[in-house]
Amino acid sequence: MAETSGHVERTISVDFVRRKLTALLSQAAWQLPEDYLAALRQAHEQEIAPLGQEIIRLLLVNADRAQAERLPSCQDTGMAILFIEVGQEVRFVGGDVNTAIEEAVRQAYRPLRKSVVADPLLRQNTGDNTPPIVHYAIVPGHHVRLRVMLKGFGAELMSRLAMFPPSVGVEGVKRFVVETVKEAGPNACPPVIVGVGLGGSFDTVALLAKRALMRPLGTSNPTPHLAALEQELLEDINALGIGPQGFGGTVTALGVHVVAAPTHIAALPVAVNLNCSAPRRAEVLL
Amino acid sequence: MTMTPRPLRTPLTDEDVANVRAGDMVLISGTLYTARDAAHQRLVAALAEGHPPPIPLAGQVIYYVGPAPAPPGRPIGPAGPTTSGRMDPYTIPLLERGVKGFIGKGHRSPPIKAAFVRYRAVYFATVGGAALLLADHIVEARVVAYEDLGPEAIHELVVRDFPAIVVNDIYGGDAYESPFTTP
Ligand code: SF4
Repeated sequence: MAETSGHVERTISVDFVRRKLTALLSQAAWQLPEDYLAALRQAHEQEIAPLGQEIIRLLLVNADRAQAERLPSCQDTGMAILFIEVGQEVRFVGGDVNTAIEEAVRQAYRPLRKSVVADPLLRQNTGDNTPPIVHYAIVPGHHVRLRVMLKGFGAELMSRLAMFPPSVGVEGVKRFVVETVKEAGPNACPPVIVGVGLGGSFDTVALLAKRALMRPLGTSNPTPHLAALEQELLEDINALGIGPQGFGGTVTALGVHVVAAPTHIAALPVAVNLNCSAPRRAEVLL
Repeated sequence: MTMTPRPLRTPLTDEDVANVRAGDMVLISGTLYTARDAAHQRLVAALAEGHPPPIPLAGQVIYYVGPAPAPPGRPIGPAGPTTSGRMDPYTIPLLERGVKGFIGKGHRSPPIKAAFVRYRAVYFATVGGAALLLADHIVEARVVAYEDLGPEAIHELVVRDFPAIVVNDIYGGDAYESPFTTP
C-alpha cells in the first residue's frame, strides 16, 4: 500500500485478478451454491407429486456428482455475467484489467461448452465463450469483489420486462410476475428462482432483476412491504401447479427476490429475470 | 400414465409410437441424433433445396442438445435437453421425412402438437439441469455433420436406457396440460 495525498492506495495486479476470476468461474461450473442445494433438499421434502419429487431427487444426485467429479452440472454453462466491485483506493497494475477479465473467461471455459455468438444475426460462435457481460461498480474501500453468474439461457429466454404506468399498482406487478412464470412453464427448467426488478429506468430495471438473482435463497428483502410482496408472489407462483420440470407439483419456485429502486413519477418499470435448476453463482473478495 | 418405465428401441416404428401415452416414462436405447438451433436451420434449408440430409431421418429420434465437451476418458460431457419450442419452425419438414421422435424440454406450439398427431410422432422431455446423469446413458458419441457449428454440430449418440417422459403422444395427449391440483 502506498500513501498518496492522504489516502492509502492499494495496487492489485491484473494477473492476480485473472487467476482469481478463472478459479471462481471454474468452480461455479461444478459447484452449485449451498443455499440453493439447501432449498432443493427442503423442496424434496415438500413436493407432494411423486414424479416431481423424483425429479428433485435427480437434480440433487446430479449436483453431488458434479461436485465430486468437478464436471459441469448442466451442459449450458451460459454466458459469464460478472459483477465487479472496485474500491476507490484500488489501482490496477500490470496491464488492462478488461483484457485480464476476458482472458479469465477464455481460460475457465476451455473445458466447458462455448455458448456465445459474436453477432445476434450472423450467429458465428466466438469459440471461447467471450465476451462476458461485465457490470462495474466503484465503492469506498481497498477491496475488489468479484461476483459471477454462469447464466443458462433456457430461463433467460423466458424473462420479461414491462414499462407499466403507476396505475397498475402492486396488483398489476403481481399479475405480470406470475404470468411470466406461468408462460415460462417447463421451458425455464423449474423449480425456478424469480428475480424481480422494480423501478429505475428501462435500462436499469433488468439489471435490478439480475441483481435479485445474486441474492442467496432463504434471505428476504430488508424492506417490510417488499419482503411481504416476495412471500405473496412465492405463494401465488407455487399455486400454479407447474411443478418440477413442468410435470405438475407444489414446488414451482424456490424463492422470489425483489429489488426496488427510485423511479420516475410516470412509470412503474417491472423486470422478471428467471433462474433455473442450475443457478450457478459464486463470489470472492480480493 | 405408467410409472414403470417402458423400454423403447430406435429407430421407432408406427407400433412403438402407438404404444406410448402422454405421461409415460420410457427408457430409450439405440441411436439418437443431436440437433439444436443452427443445425436445424441448416438441415431444413438443405432439405428445401433438394439436398440429401447428412443423417438418416426415417424412424429416427432427434435429441435437442448442445453437449459440453467430453472430459478425458468419456464419450461425451454433460448433455441435458435444450428448450424444444425454438425448433418448432423446423419440425414439420422433419416429420415429413419420417422422424418419429424428438427429445427436449418445454412446450410445443399448438400446430406442432397437431403435427405430431398427423405424422404419428412422439415428443419426449427429459430432465433439464440433470445433464451429468443423462450423459451416463450415452455410451458413444461422434460428430456426423456440420462440425463447424461446434456444440451445435450434429452428433450421433448411442444411448442405453436413456430416461424420458412422453409429453405429446399421437393421440393429442399433453403431459404438461394436466394441471396439478393439491388434493
Ligand atoms: S435452463 Fe438452466 S438447468 Fe435448464 S438447461 Fe438451461 S442452464 Fe440447464
